[in-house]
Order: sequence, then C-alpha cells, then structure tokens
Amino acid sequence: MSGSPRDPWASMGARTPARIALGRTGVSLPTHEVLSFALAHAQARDAVHARVDWAALAQRLQALGLATIEAGSEARDRAVYLRRPDLGRRFAGASRESIEAAAEKASCDLAIVIGDGLSATAVAAHAPALVEALLPHVARLGLKLGPVVLAEGARVALGDEAGALLGARLVAVLIGERPGLSAADSLSVYLTYEPRPGRTDAERNCISNVRPGGLAPSAAAATLAWLIEAACALRATGVRLKDMRDADALDADDAGADAQNKLR
Amino acid sequence: MPFRQRVAATSYVFPSLAALMAKASPPRAGDRLAGVAAVSAEENVAAKLALADVALKDIVAEPLIPYEDDEVTRLILDNHDARAFRAIESLTVGELRERLLAHDTTAEQLAAMAPAITPEIAAAVSKLMRNQDLILAARKCQVVAAFRDTIGLPGTMAVRLQPNHPTDDPAGIMASIADGLMYGAGDAVIGINPASDQPARVADLLKLLDDLITRYAIPTQSCVLCHVTTTLDLINKGVPVDLVFQSIGGTEATNTSLGVTLGMLREAHDAARALGRGTIGRNVMYFETGQGSALSANAHHGLDQQTCEARAYAVARAFDPLLVNTVVGFIGPEYLYDGKEILRAALEDHFCGKLMGLPMGVDVCYTNHAEADQDDMDVILTALAAAGVTYIMGVPGADDVMLGYQSTSFHDALYLREAFGLKRAPEFEAWLGRMGITDSGGRLLPAQAGHRLIADAAAEAGRRAS
Repeated sequence: MSGSPRDPWASMGARTPARIALGRTGVSLPTHEVLSFALAHAQARDAVHARVDWAALAQRLQALGLATIEAGSEARDRAVYLRRPDLGRRFAGASRESIEAAAEKASCDLAIVIGDGLSATAVAAHAPALVEALLPHVARLGLKLGPVVLAEGARVALGDEAGALLGARLVAVLIGERPGLSAADSLSVYLTYEPRPGRTDAERNCISNVRPGGLAPSAAAATLAWLIEAACALRATGVRLKDMRDADALDADDAGADAQNKLR
Repeated sequence: MPFRQRVAATSYVFPSLAALMAKASPPRAGDRLAGVAAVSAEENVAAKLALADVALKDIVAEPLIPYEDDEVTRLILDNHDARAFRAIESLTVGELRERLLAHDTTAEQLAAMAPAITPEIAAAVSKLMRNQDLILAARKCQVVAAFRDTIGLPGTMAVRLQPNHPTDDPAGIMASIADGLMYGAGDAVIGINPASDQPARVADLLKLLDDLITRYAIPTQSCVLCHVTTTLDLINKGVPVDLVFQSIGGTEATNTSLGVTLGMLREAHDAARALGRGTIGRNVMYFETGQGSALSANAHHGLDQQTCEARAYAVARAFDPLLVNTVVGFIGPEYLYDGKEILRAALEDHFCGKLMGLPMGVDVCYTNHAEADQDDMDVILTALAAAGVTYIMGVPGADDVMLGYQSTSFHDALYLREAFGLKRAPEFEAWLGRMGITDSGGRLLPAQAGHRLIADAAAEAGRRAS
C-alpha cells in the first residue's frame, strides 16, 4: 500500500508510545500512517457512540448473585448527553422511582453504579471483571451491598443521586473514560462518601486507566477496597483521603487523570 | 443599561451589555449550556445590530464584572491607556470593525491602538466580524517577542515541540524531541506537559532540556508546564528555568479555581527575568487559555465564553509573554460542539489576542467526543496560517499520548510552510541549516540514519536504560 519508508530512527519508538519516525513523502505522511491514524480515531469515535448492552451486563452481574436496576439519566440520547452534562447528572423520573422502590427494602453500605460515560466499550469489557474482583473484598470488610444501578447517559455525579436514593454510605461509580487514540476502552472508578446531589469532584477519589496495558481489574478492586476502608475510617473521601496515601499509589492514579488537567 | 433593537415587528430588549454581547455571539455549545445564548437566529443578529451601534467609550464605562469584585477587571481598567484610547473612543463597535479592515490602517497604527483595546472591546468587535474579517485584521497585527530566538516576525510561524510521555520517561521524551528537531520543529519552545507535578520530577525534566539546549546551542527555550508556584520554588532552588508557564482565565474566580493570583504571576515573572537566561530577549512568560474554562469552573459571572476568554488576554499582556496560546478544542463538545464551532473560536481567539498585542499561537486540537476530525483540523490550520498565527503545536503524529487528545503534528507545520512559504524563527532556521537538517531554502533534507542528534539520543537512552 505504501512505498514511503519510516525514518531511520524508528527503533527509538521502543521508548515511547508516541507516533515518531513516521516518515514522509514531500512534507506529507505516508499513506499507511494517514490510514492508521484514521482507524484509531474511528475506533475512538465508535466507542463514544456505542451503546452498552445493558441486558447482557445485567445477566453477568446476576450470575454473580447481584441484584440490578436498569436506569437512565435525563440525557435521552447521545447528542443531548454530549451537549448537556447537567442532564447526565440527574435520573429520569421513571428511573428515580424504580431506584426508590428498591431502596424501600433496606439501606446499604456500598452502592455500585455502572455508567456508560464516554466509552461503552470500556464498560462492557472491564466493569463485570472489576465487580467480580471486588466481591471478596466486600465480604472481607463485611459491607452490605445495594443493588447495582446500570445507568445510561451517566456522568460521574449521577452516582450521588443513586447513592442518596439507596441510603448508601458510599457510592462507587464505574464509568467509561473519554477515549484516547491509543486506548478507547479505559474505565474509571469514582468513590464518594455519603453521596448526595451537590457533592463536588474534590470530594471524590478516582482510580483511572483500568484497561489492558493499564491497571488490571483485580488491582483496581484492591485499590478501591483500600479506599473504602480508609474512607470509612476518615468519614470522608476526596482530597483529604488522597493526602494519606503514599506517593506510589498517587502516581498510579495521576497517570490517567482527567485530561482537563491540561488547563490546570 | 438596557439595549433595544427593532427587527420588523419585533422589539428585542437586552438588559445589559453582558447580555447583549452574549446574545450577539456566534452560536456555540458553552453559551447554550450557560443559558446566555440567543434563543433564535434572528435574536442573534438583532443583538449584533444593537452591538454595532454601541460606542467604545460606553463599553469601557460599563465593566462586565464589578471593579470591586474582580482583580481582572481592576487590571483591565487600571492598565487602560486613556491617551491611546482618545483616538478611537468616539467610534462605535461597527465603526471599529471598518477601521481595522481599512487599507489605510497600518500595522504600526494597530500596535499603537493595542493598549487602548480592552478585552471587552476586542470581544465585541469580533462578534460582528466574519471569519474572513478575523483573518485579515489579525494578519495585519504584528507582535514580536524574543528569548533565545525571535518569535512573530512577518512571514514566519513557529512551532512548540510538545514531546509528552505518559510516565515522563526521559528516554521516551528524548525520542520525541529528536523526532521533532529532525522535522524542523521547536523554535517557539520545547515544552513538556508533565504527567506528574512532583517538583523533583519537574526539575529532572528541566535539567534534561537545559542540557540538550546547551549541548547543541539550540536557539530555543525550554518549559515544563506545571503550576506557577512549583516553577517559582524551582527557580529559588537554582533549577534552570527559561519560561514560566501558567494556565489562566478571564475572571478572578477562574484563576482562583486554577490556584493562581496576579500577585503570584508577578512574583514568578520577576524571578524568571532576574535569571537573565534569555540571550536576545526578556519575554519569560508562557500562558495557555481556552474558551469554556470560566464556565466549567462556574466562574463566568453570566458572561459568554468568548468574552471571558478575551479577558484572559488582559491578564497575559500584563506580563509581556513570549508565548500565549488558546487550547481551542481541548475542553470538549459541551463548550465547542463541532469543527465549525472550534474553527470560529480559533479565529476569534487568535484575532483578539493579536489585537490586544499578544504573540498569539493556537493549539489546534480536538477530543474524540467532539464532532471533529483531521479534515476539520486541516481547515483550521489553513485559516490560521492565512491569519498569520504566531505558532502552533508540534506533537509526534498529532497524537498526544499523555493528555489523550489530538493536536497538530510536525508534518502539519511543514504543510503550512509549504503551502504559505512560512519560515521559522530566523535564529532557529539558521541552526537547522548548520545541523544539516534543512537545506538553504528551509526544506528538510532527506532523513539521515547517522545524524548526531539521533545517535546521541539513542546513546542517551541506552545509558538511562542500563
């Protein structure tokens, strides 16, 4: 397909995932590189616009012995979701009622919300494994688990409302990250103590970059369990909890931190 | 003061200048999200018609955020050049547009006018301008700044070499730098966004860049883009700092959310100047901005996002920066939905920055959840080159593997040089020639396997690995 060779320093590419030594024809990229970039972008776009197969996800969680509730935010479709972050932070009326109905039975220590976020691919690929890896920790810590809320059109803060409705002491939101070109299937977990609408991002802890080549689901589950235990002792999540952690653990989180941080 | 505009049978009323400017803004997602956008296409144009008749002196007389409440407002008004303003104070916004585009308005006149242009004036006039107006007027503005090379000379465009790495691995960063230099990029700055803000790691990266620049006598400057307080501490510890970086916004509350005050910027500016590391110039600051940052921090005071952005340029110009760039498509589709909105914002930001006297660059970029692709970036790049953009970003293959967004590549910069005949900063261009990277016309020579930049970088990587 392409006759233009890569640049002679291509072997330095072993030191970085960056697209170096691509070669050129005139000043332009070789055909192969143009198309390889287009493919990576297409995969990222598909991840943003794909829908989670919620029924299949519910089945996998029920097989683990977990109750599930399928729900949706007020962002009715993808176009609305992308333009209106505020709507992705509130449940649609019918969804709120079904969560309330489940909550009438009992309150819980930990509520789990699985939201599509910006990558359905990430949710389908890694959320069940992460939940499964978390269950032994939940048993060890003696936590009472609420029903798992499966939320379409979800922003992170949607978990605050779910947690409040379920009377949960903590909520863990598993959500698809905004996809990059090299990784379209990255999952994040946000933990919030005493969730209720109006909590800010500074009051949460985040574990990001859960994917092959990043953090394995089992490692993420262990970190989450550590955070849950520490949050219960501190009676808080967020900046104060993060400060207690050692530098290495912080690094693991920061590496994939929200890309908004370019404007920091 | 309310503003009124009659269109056929409808009478539009805009309760304040802030509301009028917001309603007059070309459509974009962030203004709709904030609830300040025009609700119909006709209302949008009615607001433009009303804004065209507003006198510049009335804009200066009605601060959009009260003087007592906001240190950016105080900076804007305290630094306003009343003498320069006398030449234009009687103009309306519509007349200013015509003045800017007139043949007999020269680059020298625009430079003399810059201190009279408040951000609100720049934003207001931009809202009446089509994309081609923004291009022609910005093209006329000449803003030159210098540190170890000269940025912004007519007929030139510089490139920031952005060699980011997901874990700040020095060998990985060196590989991207060598790649960029071999592609003739890096005259604006070699600037790393670190994955970690830890001072010790930032210091290591600064030393790495300083060693490189010294060893090859590269006429460029280094920067590790961390918080201003981190950089100031490192300066005080004797770490080699060329440029002080900071992200800034157009309201005091935005800057608070970024953990920065004007006082901090002043202190860091003075400390970097005192080092005297620039060989041919003393511009030591590097600022990044972007439409939507104020709204995302809930710090926009009901202003539209482009007006907030222009106010950030008032912060920047108080510190005589070497480099200022908007990171135009980075914030996401909630603020700029698609390629059309990103193009518009890029041209507005570049124009407003230049009109206010800044060496304005643009990070032409997008995220994967925006309705945009490489074709949109090509159009934006081309439009900005026509507008005389001071610099753009150079990221290997346009894919920033640390920040997870798509910017522009070394190849993209070469495309603009080829299409528009744009040169690099002259000192850097001469260095590339001496290094055997470019020919006498500034075109790349065929890639050489044994070039010493590559051999040295490979050896360095080997040393660090062992």
